[in-house]
Amino acid sequence: MADVDNLRPEKAPKIWRKLGLKDFEYEMIVEQLGREPNPVELNMYSVMWSEHCSYKHSRSSLKLFPTGGPRVVQGPGENAGVVDIGDGYGAVFKIESHNHPSAIEPYQGAATGVGGILRDIYTMGAQPIAFLNSLRFGPPNNARSRYLIEGVVAGIGGYGNCVGIPTVGGEVYFEPCYRGNPLVNAMCVGVMPLKRLVLGQACGEGNLVVLAGARTGRDGIHGVTFASEELSDQSEEDRPAVQVGDPFLGKILIDATLEAVEKQLVVGVQDLGGAGLTCALTETASRAGTGLEIDLKMVPLREEGLEPFEILTSESQERMLFIVEPEKLEDLEKIFQHWQLPLSVLGQVSAGKMVTVRHHGEVVAEVPAESVAGGAPAYEPESREPEYIGKLSAFDLSALKPAGDPGQYLLSLLSSPDIASKEWAWQQYDYMVRTSTLEGPGGDAAVLRLRETGKALAVTVDGNSRYTYLDPYLGGMLAVAEATRNLSCCGAEPVGITDCLNFGNPEKPEMFWQFRQAVEGMAEACRVLEAPVVGGNVSFYNEVEDEAIYPTPVVGAVGLLENAKNYCKTGFVRNGDLIYLLGPCEVSFGGSQFLKELYGKVAGRPASIDLEMEKAVQALLRRLIADGLIVSAHDLAEGGLAVALAESCLAGGRGAAVTLASGLDSVLELFGEGPTRVLISLPPEASDRVLDLARKKRVRMSELGRVDGGDSLTVKCGNALAFKLGLDELKKAYEEVFSWIRT
Amino acid sequence: MNCGVIVFPGSNCDLDAYHLVRDVLKEEVTYIDYEERSLQGFDVIILPGGFTYGDYLRSGAIAARTPVMEAVNRFACSGGLVLGICNGFQVLTEAGLLPGALCRNDSLQFRCRQVYVRIENNSLPFTNKASTDQVLMMPVAHGDGSYYAPPEVLQDLEANGQVIFRYVDQRGEAVKAANPNGSCENIAGVSNRAGNVVGLMPHPERAGEAVLGSTDGLVIFESLRGYCKGREVLKSG
Repeated sequence: MADVDNLRPEKAPKIWRKLGLKDFEYEMIVEQLGREPNPVELNMYSVMWSEHCSYKHSRSSLKLFPTGGPRVVQGPGENAGVVDIGDGYGAVFKIESHNHPSAIEPYQGAATGVGGILRDIYTMGAQPIAFLNSLRFGPPNNARSRYLIEGVVAGIGGYGNCVGIPTVGGEVYFEPCYRGNPLVNAMCVGVMPLKRLVLGQACGEGNLVVLAGARTGRDGIHGVTFASEELSDQSEEDRPAVQVGDPFLGKILIDATLEAVEKQLVVGVQDLGGAGLTCALTETASRAGTGLEIDLKMVPLREEGLEPFEILTSESQERMLFIVEPEKLEDLEKIFQHWQLPLSVLGQVSAGKMVTVRHHGEVVAEVPAESVAGGAPAYEPESREPEYIGKLSAFDLSALKPAGDPGQYLLSLLSSPDIASKEWAWQQYDYMVRTSTLEGPGGDAAVLRLRETGKALAVTVDGNSRYTYLDPYLGGMLAVAEATRNLSCCGAEPVGITDCLNFGNPEKPEMFWQFRQAVEGMAEACRVLEAPVVGGNVSFYNEVEDEAIYPTPVVGAVGLLENAKNYCKTGFVRNGDLIYLLGPCEVSFGGSQFLKELYGKVAGRPASIDLEMEKAVQALLRRLIADGLIVSAHDLAEGGLAVALAESCLAGGRGAAVTLASGLDSVLELFGEGPTRVLISLPPEASDRVLDLARKKRVRMSELGRVDGGDSLTVKCGNALAFKLGLDELKKAYEEVFSWIRT
Repeated sequence: MNCGVIVFPGSNCDLDAYHLVRDVLKEEVTYIDYEERSLQGFDVIILPGGFTYGDYLRSGAIAARTPVMEAVNRFACSGGLVLGICNGFQVLTEAGLLPGALCRNDSLQFRCRQVYVRIENNSLPFTNKASTDQVLMMPVAHGDGSYYAPPEVLQDLEANGQVIFRYVDQRGEAVKAANPNGSCENIAGVSNRAGNVVGLMPHPERAGEAVLGSTDGLVIFESLRGYCKGREVLKSG
C-alpha cells in the first residue's frame, strides 16, 4: 500500500500506478482538475476511478440493459433499485459481490458482504426483509475449499442472523475454476412506503453533512483497489484491505436510520461502503449538483493519528452519511444518543460543485465532485472470441451413448455437490425471523408475505456458469429466463431483476468478449420477458495466476404475488394428482450436470431458448396457479427431468409413477437439460381445463404419470422399467454428500 | 391480557412476539424500551429473541444489566409472569432469574430448524392449557442454546418440576438425535422455583400461524391468556 509521505508526484514518480491508475487516467485527472492533484486528492481519485467504483470497463455495456418499465421507481445509479408493488409500497433490492475479500478472509469477507448490501437497502429508507446469496467454490474435496465454504457460510449467518433479517434462499455450485477465487454474491430485499423514499443526494445549500455509526479506523483502506486487481500469491498480504464487520452496530444502525427516515429528519442518506467517505461525499454531491465543505477533524476515529487520505478512503463498516436540515439536527441526535451511536457533523452543503476537505484548518483536498465520482473514462475494450468456444461447442454429444443404469445415474446426480440438498448451509441461517417467510430455502424461490398489503414477494437468485462458459450469450439469456421462471413457478409475476456480473480481467480481449456476450444475452431476455434491471454490480478480475473463473452472471429476481395465500410449492401435494411436463421437449447434454458427473466434461452446446415460448410458459404458469388449477410446480434445471421428479417427490414426501413415451432416447429424456420446462402436478378434475389453457397459449403439455402415494419413484420408458428407487434411497443420495460439514 | 415486549439494543424477534400477541391473539401489547424502569400494569413480560449487544461478551450478559432488568426483577419477585424466548432465555439466566446457563451448541454452528418439545409440567400459567406430555413442533434458531446446569441443580430442577420443555422426537421420546444443541437432559426450557418465570430456546412466537408451518406454539400464549383472565375474574369477584 502507498506510503503517504512520499506520495507527491515529484518525490515518487508515477505514484498513481501504485494506486492502480494508468498514465492516461492520471493525465485525465490533471486535465479535469486543471492542475496536478496533491497526494490526498490522488488517493480520492484512485479509489473512485477504480474498476469497482467507476465501472470503467463495463459502463458502456451496461447501457444495453432495459432499465425502465411501468413499475420502475428507481433504476440503476442509486444505492438500490426500487419497483412499485402496489398499495403505495415499493420493493427495494440489489445484489453485490464480495469475492476478493472472501478469498482472503472468508468469514469477514462474507459477513461484510452481507452488511454492505444491507446498508444499500435501508439507505433508501426501506425495511430490509430478506437476504439471498449465490456462492461458488472449488470442489469440496480438499481442506482449502472446505475452509472457504465453512467460513463463508458462517460469515453470512453470523451477520444476517444477528441483524435479524432472514436469509431465505440462494445457490451454491462447485467448479475447479473457483478454487482460488470463490464467488460470494449477496442480495438484500427491502420494502417501503414509496412516499418515504430517500435518495443519496446532498441537496440544499447550508444543510449539514452528518456522519453516524462506527468510528473510522484503518481497516479496508483501498479495499476497492484490491478488488479491482487479479488475486495472486501476494494477496494474503492484502488482508488489511478486508474490513471487519460489527453486526450488532449494523442492527442498531438500521433501527436508528429507519427511525430518522420515518420521522423525516434527513433529506439525503448514503451508506459508506467501497471507497468509504470519499465515495459517499463525492457521489452525494455529484448527484445533487452541489458542493461540500468538510472538516476531517470531526470524523470520530478509532485511533489517533490517521492521515487525511486514510480517513477519506477507509472502508470501516457500519457508517452512514446523512444530509440534514440544521433545525432537525437535535431530533436526529436524540435518536442516535438513545442507541448509543456516535454522530458527528462533518460540515455542510455548499454552493458550487467542489468538495473541499479541511484537516486542522488546512485545506487538504479540493476536488470537483463530478470529476471524482463520474469523470473516470468509459473504455470500449478490445473483444475477441476465445479459442475454447469453438472447440468445446464442436464436442460430439451424439457419440456419448450412455448405456448404464438410469437409476444409478440419478443417484449419482442427486449426490453431486451441485444438486445435493443445501440444508447444510441454510440450517446455519435464520430464515424465519420476522415471521414472514412462507416458503424458505430449498424451493424454486422463497416467498415472503407482506403484512402491510396482504400480498407477497417471491425472491430468487440463479445462474448456471457452465452454460455461460460454453456460450456466454445463450448463458446470459438462460440465467434471466431461469430466475424469472423460478418466480413464475411460485405464481409470482417478475417485477424486476438485479444482476451480479462476475468475470475475469476485462483488459484481456477474451474475457471482455465473454462479458459483452453475456450482457447482450441477458439484455435480450430482459426485454422479451419484461424484466427491467434496476441495479446490480460488476466484479471483474476474478482470476488467479491467469486462470479465470467461468463467466458467471448471477441474476437476482423479485416477483409479486397478488395474494399471499395463492402460491405454489415444488413438492407433490396429493396422492392421485396427475404429473405433467409443461414446455418444449428439446434438451441437450451440452454443459449438463450429467456430462460433468459421468464424463467429467464441460462441453457441447446447451439447448437453445425460445424467449417468446418462455414468456408464454411463465404467463401460463402464473395463470394456472392464480386460478388454483395446479398444486405444485418445479423448474427443470441441473440434472433435467429425473432430478426434478426426485426433488418433487422428496419435497412432498410422496412417491410417483411416471412413463415416458417409448421410442425416445430415455437417458437423454431423463437427464438432458433444456430451458422453459416445468414439472407440474394437478388434481385429475382440473386436467381438461389446464390442457385447454395450455393449448390456447400454444404451450406443449406432456402427461407423465401420477403421484401414487407410494414410497418410491418409478420411471418407465414405454413398457420397459427404467428404474424404481425408494424415497429413502433418493433422500440418502440427496443429503449425505455434505455430511462432513455437519459436525 | 396486557403484554409488554422488551426491546434491548439488538433484540430482533421483538416484532414477531408483538405481531403474534396483537394480530393472532388480538390482545394488548406494547414495546418496552430497555431504559424503562417501571412495568406497572402489565400481565406478562416477554423477553424476545435476538442478539442483544451482539452477544459479544456472553449471550444475554450485557442486556441482563440494563435498567429495564431491574424492573423485570421486581416484576418477577412480585409474582408477575415473565417469558424469555431464545436470547430472552439467555438474558434471564444471566440476570439470575432462571437457573443454569446456555452454552455454545455442540455442533459449534448456528442451527435453524423445526424441533419437537414435550411439555414436562402442565401446571404452570404458561402451560396449563396443554395436555400431559403434549408434543409441540416449534423452530429453534440459535448458536448458544446448549442448556447446562451442575448435576445437583439439574436434580433439583427435575424434582421441583422446573424442567418445562424437553427436546423429543416426533413420537415424544427424549432421544439424543432430537437434541439440536447438546443440552443437558435434552432440556429446552425451565422455570424458576415459583413457576412465574419461564425461559425456552425454541420460538413459540414463530409457531402461531398455519402459514408459517405450525400453530403448536399458541398453547403457551393461550395458557397465559386463560390464566390472566382467570386472575381478573378473581380480582373483580
